[in-house]
Amino acid sequence: MSIAFTLDDRAVSAEGGETLLDVARREGIAIPTLCFSDGLAPAGNCRACVVEVDGERTLAASCCRAPREGMVVHTASERARRSQRLVLELLQADLPEAGFTRHNEVDQWAERLGLGRPRFAPRERVVADATHPAIAVNLDACIQCTRCLRACRDVQGNDVIGLSFRGEQAQISFDLGDDLGASTCVACGECVQACPTGALSPANGAALQVPDRSVDSVCPYCGVGCRLTYHVKDDTILFVEGRNGPANQGRLCVKGRYGFDYARHPQRLTVPLIRRADAPKDPLGPTDPAIARGWFREASWDEALALAGGTLKQLRDDHGPRALAGFGSAKGSNEEAYLFQKLVRLGLGSNNVDHCTRLCHASSVAALLEGIGSGAVSNPVTDVALADVCIVIGANPVVNHPVAASWIKNAVRTGTTLIVIDPRTSELARHARHHLAFRPGSDVALLNAMMNVIVSEGLVNPDFIADRTSGYEALVQNVKAFPPDAMAAVTGIDAETIRTVARLYARSRAAMIFWGMGISQHVHGTDNARCLIALALMTGQIGRPGTGLHPLRGQNNVQGASDSGLIPMMYPDYQRVNDPAVRSQFATAWGVPEEELDPAAGLTVVEILDAIDAREIRGLYIMGENPAMSDPDTQHARQALARLDMLVVQDIFLTETACLADVVLPASAAAEKAGSFTNTDRLVQLGRRAIGLPGLARQDLWCIVAMAQQLGLDWSHYGATPSDCDAAAAAVFDEMRGLMPSIAGLSWARLAAEGGVTQPCPDEAEPGQPIVFVDGFPTADGRGRFVPADVLPADEQPDAAYPLVLITGRQLEHWHTGSMTRRAGVLDALEPDPVALLHPLTLAAAGVAPGEVVTIASRRGDVSLYARADAGTPEGVVFVAFCWFEAAVNRLTNPTLDPVAKIPELKYCAVRLQAGGAAPLVGSFGGGVVLAAER
Amino acid sequence: MSNTVIPIVAERAPVDAARARKRRQPRGRIVDPAVQAELRAWLADAGWGGDDGAPPRRDTLIECLHVVNDRLGQLPAPHLAALAALMKLSMAEVFEVASFYHHFHIVREAPDGSVPAPPAVTVRVCDGLACELAGARDLLARLPAMLGTDVRVIAAPCVGRCETAPVAVVHHHPVLQATAETVRAAVDTGQRSDRVHTHLGLDDYIAQGGYALWRRCAEGGLDAEAAITELEHAGLRGLGGAGFPAGRKWRIVRDMPAPRHLAVNIDEGEPGTFKDRWCLERDPHRFLEGLLIAAWAVGIDGVWIYLRDEYHGCRAMLQEELARLRAAAADWGPATLPRIELRRGAGAYVCGEESAMIESIEGKRGLPRLRPPYVAEVGLFGRPTLEHNFETLYWVRELVEQGGAAFAAQGRHGRQGLRRFSVSGRVVSPGVKLAPAGITLRELIDEHCGGLPKGHTLQAFLPGGASGGIFPASLADVPLDFDTLQPHGGFIGSAAVIVLSQHDSVLDAARNVMRFMANESCGQCTPCRAGTAKAVALMDAPVWDRALLAELSEVMREASICGLGQAAPNAPDCVMRHFPELLA
Repeated sequence: MSIAFTLDDRAVSAEGGETLLDVARREGIAIPTLCFSDGLAPAGNCRACVVEVDGERTLAASCCRAPREGMVVHTASERARRSQRLVLELLQADLPEAGFTRHNEVDQWAERLGLGRPRFAPRERVVADATHPAIAVNLDACIQCTRCLRACRDVQGNDVIGLSFRGEQAQISFDLGDDLGASTCVACGECVQACPTGALSPANGAALQVPDRSVDSVCPYCGVGCRLTYHVKDDTILFVEGRNGPANQGRLCVKGRYGFDYARHPQRLTVPLIRRADAPKDPLGPTDPAIARGWFREASWDEALALAGGTLKQLRDDHGPRALAGFGSAKGSNEEAYLFQKLVRLGLGSNNVDHCTRLCHASSVAALLEGIGSGAVSNPVTDVALADVCIVIGANPVVNHPVAASWIKNAVRTGTTLIVIDPRTSELARHARHHLAFRPGSDVALLNAMMNVIVSEGLVNPDFIADRTSGYEALVQNVKAFPPDAMAAVTGIDAETIRTVARLYARSRAAMIFWGMGISQHVHGTDNARCLIALALMTGQIGRPGTGLHPLRGQNNVQGASDSGLIPMMYPDYQRVNDPAVRSQFATAWGVPEEELDPAAGLTVVEILDAIDAREIRGLYIMGENPAMSDPDTQHARQALARLDMLVVQDIFLTETACLADVVLPASAAAEKAGSFTNTDRLVQLGRRAIGLPGLARQDLWCIVAMAQQLGLDWSHYGATPSDCDAAAAAVFDEMRGLMPSIAGLSWARLAAEGGVTQPCPDEAEPGQPIVFVDGFPTADGRGRFVPADVLPADEQPDAAYPLVLITGRQLEHWHTGSMTRRAGVLDALEPDPVALLHPLTLAAAGVAPGEVVTIASRRGDVSLYARADAGTPEGVVFVAFCWFEAAVNRLTNPTLDPVAKIPELKYCAVRLQAGGAAPLVGSFGGGVVLAAER
Repeated sequence: MSNTVIPIVAERAPVDAARARKRRQPRGRIVDPAVQAELRAWLADAGWGGDDGAPPRRDTLIECLHVVNDRLGQLPAPHLAALAALMKLSMAEVFEVASFYHHFHIVREAPDGSVPAPPAVTVRVCDGLACELAGARDLLARLPAMLGTDVRVIAAPCVGRCETAPVAVVHHHPVLQATAETVRAAVDTGQRSDRVHTHLGLDDYIAQGGYALWRRCAEGGLDAEAAITELEHAGLRGLGGAGFPAGRKWRIVRDMPAPRHLAVNIDEGEPGTFKDRWCLERDPHRFLEGLLIAAWAVGIDGVWIYLRDEYHGCRAMLQEELARLRAAAADWGPATLPRIELRRGAGAYVCGEESAMIESIEGKRGLPRLRPPYVAEVGLFGRPTLEHNFETLYWVRELVEQGGAAFAAQGRHGRQGLRRFSVSGRVVSPGVKLAPAGITLRELIDEHCGGLPKGHTLQAFLPGGASGGIFPASLADVPLDFDTLQPHGGFIGSAAVIVLSQHDSVLDAARNVMRFMANESCGQCTPCRAGTAKAVALMDAPVWDRALLAELSEVMREASICGLGQAAPNAPDCVMRHFPELLA
């Protein structure tokens, strides 16, 4: 219902919920605002926006006042202006002469309203806080508008910033009034983006510099798919800002905002390298690029490509196509992924193509395909706002998907009940109604016990089961063996809590499940996911807003890389390679005889390494992956890689994997190329070229085309050029549309125009489908299938010799194997040293003081690193991220595979802890080195 | 072509404290398990531990902070971190609340990690205007040296005992008409507590007919409409200072959707005001019965009584009397008591502002809310809320019992009803004076206060504490009531009258009042936060920049969020208007 009123002598009307300020802005009337900011709840504290309302004793803050019918409002009357101006003058009087940003909103408004020099004496100066590597705190410039506080608390849910003390002493503070650098700040930078005066500003002074250009793109890190803008000067990124997109609405995390300078790191590969004849591969040798670089000589592109491609071709001809394999990358674009798998299938000649999804969500995807016919998420992350209950299991999104976590925290504040199921106590647990810190590895027992409760208490959705599922009876029989009372001892969770949580989930109007690697990276990973699917099916919590299953995808394009066919048993869009009709379709499209396409599924990541070991595979082409760090039991992986006759690595740094290469091709960083990327929500978005390539580095897409040429494939029609593949990406995407019904409705032009579209989108006229399985499942019979799961214990249980459990994962500041983030100045400064997270009591039992060096050993290897006391880690458990080259924890992990999905059990192996050990190695990057060099 | 030598100085950054810390512990502070265990026990012991294993409720944060502050004489940072973890709050939320209130003393760890010991005792010397007139500055100057470094001597805003100025409070023990010697004696003899012995207890109150009216109401013997009508006949207005008609307020809230709450304001912080304490110390059940009648008439689900922290004796007494009432009422049926919670302030004048008080009851910083919506619509815990000053409820029993007309028949100079004036400053007998509304200042002093002391003549007076302005003797014949003083640039507010003689400095009084406002500003809005601070500076100058002060006054009046900022310029404006000769 619209409200008619008078604004500055104009007859205007307000629509539901609009404030006076909203209407004024719509009408083009400028009212000074400082504490107001789009996207933040109005606070009404600065009083710069006060306006005169006829009949009212005092002025009203237009940002907080709703119009009434017939109200007469003056935004620029003498009376209103006097207060607006004096408010600005009061604030300006306290600001320092020298600014911290080029966009001080107080100064801007003061200038617009023609204020002179402030007549009031300034307040006492406030000491600056320079303790944080990313954010400079100059509260001298603070106007107490609380935009940073609301950004930190209401938007990101990090709750670090407070407004403390009172009166003129009122001050923005961190935690208990601590230095920012010593606080719980996660450096998402939302506060800097919100600050109107530069009181919080980039520590490198970027806010005072003038960018040459600004380029809209997407974040290269996790699967959330945050849109961002690169601000570029002298072909270097100055700073990054969050940009409005469906997944992030302007938000970013520390990696997205501050992890951009790796592209200009001095160790960037800028010239093709060929291994020197006198430098044998040493799988157990050092991996520091400062040393390893000496094993290679520089080469021309022609020589490098001829050697790489020619040798692979020779190996194919000598040993057959299955003697070759390729690892694509979930970091690359959809077009790169597609072209890479096409190269492997046509050029190398087999289906031996895989990528890191095998180490992440292969089990989730296997269970999802088996149960509901699609490996992708059913609902976007932001749907959590519509959920009454949200379960987060085996995931730590605050660390790994920070912006996704912010939506979950936002939802909790507006009433969603959060249940966190995780042995570790993450920051998200603070927001949870229930945190089930269950025994590592007892997932299936716990989930079956929940289903036991739901079945035995009649909380199932019988209509949904009858209409939309199959196999329910077998599931019921199976879960009978898991009564919560019996499972309490197995899981460490008391029966009543299991019941409570099961009831909450089953009875809620809409309930959603998020999960991560804690579910998938087990020998029972597929079973874990089967249980989650069964939970959703039996309660009908899928196919509606605020419900569904959301495996949080790790890499920025792991969804897209899988969609695009970097999977050994499937072509793009999950079309089986062993289906003759599918092969025929692809053969036609690719212009090759059907017989040239291998009808057998290829090998997976870990299987390929085993096959190398067995000399069945002799040549490997790796684009942008780092198995020498990321694969379980890395000594074994490195030994295998070292045995290859030809290892071609296409990357931007001399990674631990590249150290074992025969040929290294210098490629492009994310900000240097264009392409489409599919986020965890199935949202396809465009990344754009912001900066140029250094030295002789080349576009990845061009590298693939050039390699294809060496293997006898003429792909010149894509139009790839060494430094610009924008048009080529569009051409590749166009080819993909013809073979992938899920994106048939997506044109490159549409992506560019709309910024992003959610697949499936089979038709150009369709908007895309954020929520799927509304009416049915994409299975043969349209039904979701219950698959019972039995308890399969972890492969390697703790014993007397190895009494602790090792869980691996990631840390907030570092991405995967650290090759990018440990070369990003701010991120490295924030987390410079390798640490193992241990409960204080575990440490005490081992006689180790926090901060000392410890050695952690499994049956496969050992690492030495610093012991960090962390009360959130359960007793008897060690947590280590796999980003530390000087303490590569995958030396310890267990390569045993989930029998279905072939995912290794990275989340569980037996280790022992010893005090002492060699202090972690001094490397040429990481450990604060970059900042030290720049100082 | 690239350089084969990688251009990095392979040299580690020095392992500084920050880096060593990162190796040792996660981001931010870590909670000491021993401190947390200790805290858990303390909270459980004090009854604030949370129900059924759940963490303590968010709205009990201030009470939980009191538990620590009372036990340790301060709030050590490790305890704040542990409290945050226990309550599932962020440290920022705990710190911003703790740092808002005067009575919480936050201490940080020394570089070696230890927490400095608290002082043996804290002496708060009231520097409200009445106490300043009576020599508080002298006490503040002399006491630190006399008491030694072990005793912390600090200035405190008005402690609400102006009739016995000057006042110093040794821990909780008020030393009335204090001299440096009596304060030292109190410190030396270990006097630390405050007890009320003057009040009418439950049995006596009932023996005198107490609670019969409420029971009649609750048992259907009277209908709510009749009770409200009596309030309207009496013309009873809110006696916290704003003067909103009580009957109309009951009707407004009664028409709001349930559940509805009642919030009672005994945060009597206006300098010069002590009538609520005076009444509470005498007849607490008269207040409670008024509260119950209001709750009954309006259909209230829960009652929160917010009592300023300075009234320690009253708090203990009220807790005991409430417990007695609950026990007695258990046998009274069918009339049942609503849920009644007593909440303790922590030293913040602004929490007397109705919406700031609600925020404080919810366990937050006492920041006034923007209105609309009004608290009658969206108040405590987001529910429609009837908010009343103590004295307003204190009148209810009498007005309903005896009829509103009798009350309305009182009054002088054309005004209606009775007022309780808190009189302090230069009068022979200060105190709470029940007098006709509309009485003039001169009549009030002469008839009720024994005139001015010998050698003193009236120079000026403050009719409504720190916020009601400063009037010259020439206005001593203006009737004192709601609405009568506005034409002269002030208001009666809570009827706190402070009298100044020719020996007192009006300018210093205005400075005292503005300093108070600056200290008590919540800091939320610019006109008040920056305005009060700038006004103090301008008024401390030897020559006032009157034009700039006037501009500043206007923005404070017009653009501040709440009454504190809007009324803060009354004192300087009155000086400029009524005492121009002092500024010449």
